[in-house]
Amino acid sequence: MDYDSKLCTQVRDLPRSGIRDFFELVIGRTDVISLGVGEPDKPTPWPIREAVIRSLEKGQTSYTSNLGLESLRILISEYVTKHFRVTYDPKSEILVTVGVSEALDIAFRAVLNPGDEVIYHEPCYVSYSPSIKMAYGVPVVVQTREENEFALMAADVEKAITPKTKVIAMNFPTNPTGGIMPHEELEKIAALAVKHDLLVFTDEIYSELLYDGRQHKSIVEYPGMRERTVLLHGFSKAFAMTGWRLGYACAPAPLREAMMKIHQYCMLCAPIMSQMAGIEALKMGESAYEDMRQSYEQRRNLIVSRLNGMGLHCFNPGGAFYVFPDIRSTGLTSKEFAIQLLQKKSVAVVPGSAFSSAGEGFVRCCYATAPELIAKAMDLMEEFVNEVRAGKA
Amino acid sequence: MDPLIELLRNNSNRTHKDIALTLGISESEVAARMAAAESDTVILGYSAVVDRLKAGDRRVTALIEVRITPEPNGGFDRLAKRISKFDQVRECFLMSGGYDLAVIVEGKDLLDVANFVAEKLSTLGGVLSTATRFQLKAYKEGGFVVNPGDDEARLPVSP
Repeated sequence: MDYDSKLCTQVRDLPRSGIRDFFELVIGRTDVISLGVGEPDKPTPWPIREAVIRSLEKGQTSYTSNLGLESLRILISEYVTKHFRVTYDPKSEILVTVGVSEALDIAFRAVLNPGDEVIYHEPCYVSYSPSIKMAYGVPVVVQTREENEFALMAADVEKAITPKTKVIAMNFPTNPTGGIMPHEELEKIAALAVKHDLLVFTDEIYSELLYDGRQHKSIVEYPGMRERTVLLHGFSKAFAMTGWRLGYACAPAPLREAMMKIHQYCMLCAPIMSQMAGIEALKMGESAYEDMRQSYEQRRNLIVSRLNGMGLHCFNPGGAFYVFPDIRSTGLTSKEFAIQLLQKKSVAVVPGSAFSSAGEGFVRCCYATAPELIAKAMDLMEEFVNEVRAGKA
Repeated sequence: MDPLIELLRNNSNRTHKDIALTLGISESEVAARMAAAESDTVILGYSAVVDRLKAGDRRVTALIEVRITPEPNGGFDRLAKRISKFDQVRECFLMSGGYDLAVIVEGKDLLDVANFVAEKLSTLGGVLSTATRFQLKAYKEGGFVVNPGDDEARLPVSP
């Protein structure tokens, strides 16, 4: 059968993920030090797991409200108020989802008509462009650049706005660069959204992981933004809960209601076990992640120093748990660098090109890895870089 | 706590270079501060945390709950320090609750520990009573889970 002719064009034409190609080279090898992951190195804190075991013992295995457990939504509302200084009504403005990925997908599907444009930034997490396309939208890329430490510049956003623009989607601190948003640029982008009457989807998944004493600020906090923002957040990164697939969307009631319509038919509800985990996580609050955040900050210091020390320029990222060193001085492409480093030194990093063409010339290294392994990986990478350079000379 | 000390508490087996880069200080400062912490006895020593069963160590360990009579000036200190001096004593703490000292003792077998308690510990002036509890199996030691091998590993590459 000609399966290509049976597939819808949106899906058929989606490119294969570059991450997946690389994953298949690494999978099955046990000798690899991996800096290629996108998740914390510790499992979910034990009190959260323990709470779920108790809930299973009590037989809490049923469906929940489509919106998610009300007790969880109340805790989410309190948490968001504390961290983002914006309050959402748990009954009408919060939806519990299966990760931020689902929340992002249904947000796009809820607002996009075919041909509507969405401005987003690259390099970025792999799902933005496909999610927009699958919702029949048109992705409009704004490239972020190393000279700006991969922040999204308002002037670049302004140039990308057309009469068809409906949404600006953003995610800071960001994957894969670790870039964060300077407050003045955030303010200018907020003003652009108001001026052009645009929606803003802000993915706050790394917002707890900021370093050097920085305080996170979200675009939703600026004047005129609450009514036009969908705030997306989840438990994966700060609470080390990637596999639970638990996220949420906060939005004005009409937007939340539109998203709920899709969610109720495609997902019904987030798994109750994960929601019980979320309740315990939010009761723990900062105590669940503050030690880990401090540890990430120290690991970032180590890896940034080592990369710069071996001549791979790397800016000091303000958030998330990734560094994005510039490997162009080796004369290799991102993919060549990552494949040869894996083959010759058994260290896995992800080619920047897996996160769009804007990532070419860079590799992503995740430092949510034991410090001893980071040190060992850096020793091996330094050997590799020196050998590549010697080979060239 | 001093971040350097915190870092060493978690893993003392790191190079000065790594520690320096992690904390944003020079290697010579790491060496100087460690030396100072050692001479001030902030750092008492360095040791490896070992799965003793895997290492083939068949010695036995016991927690001995000791009740003692406090003394007019030194309270519990003089006797606690005296007990701590025995080589068999690995750890010794003053406790709140139903007994005074928790004494962790290691011996080559049950008899060895029993003899220590009967001959050395119980006979000290001021010791009112002892209760010996033998350790059967270690599940977590020095902050590390013993035998963590069945934990699920992360995928090597993820977005």
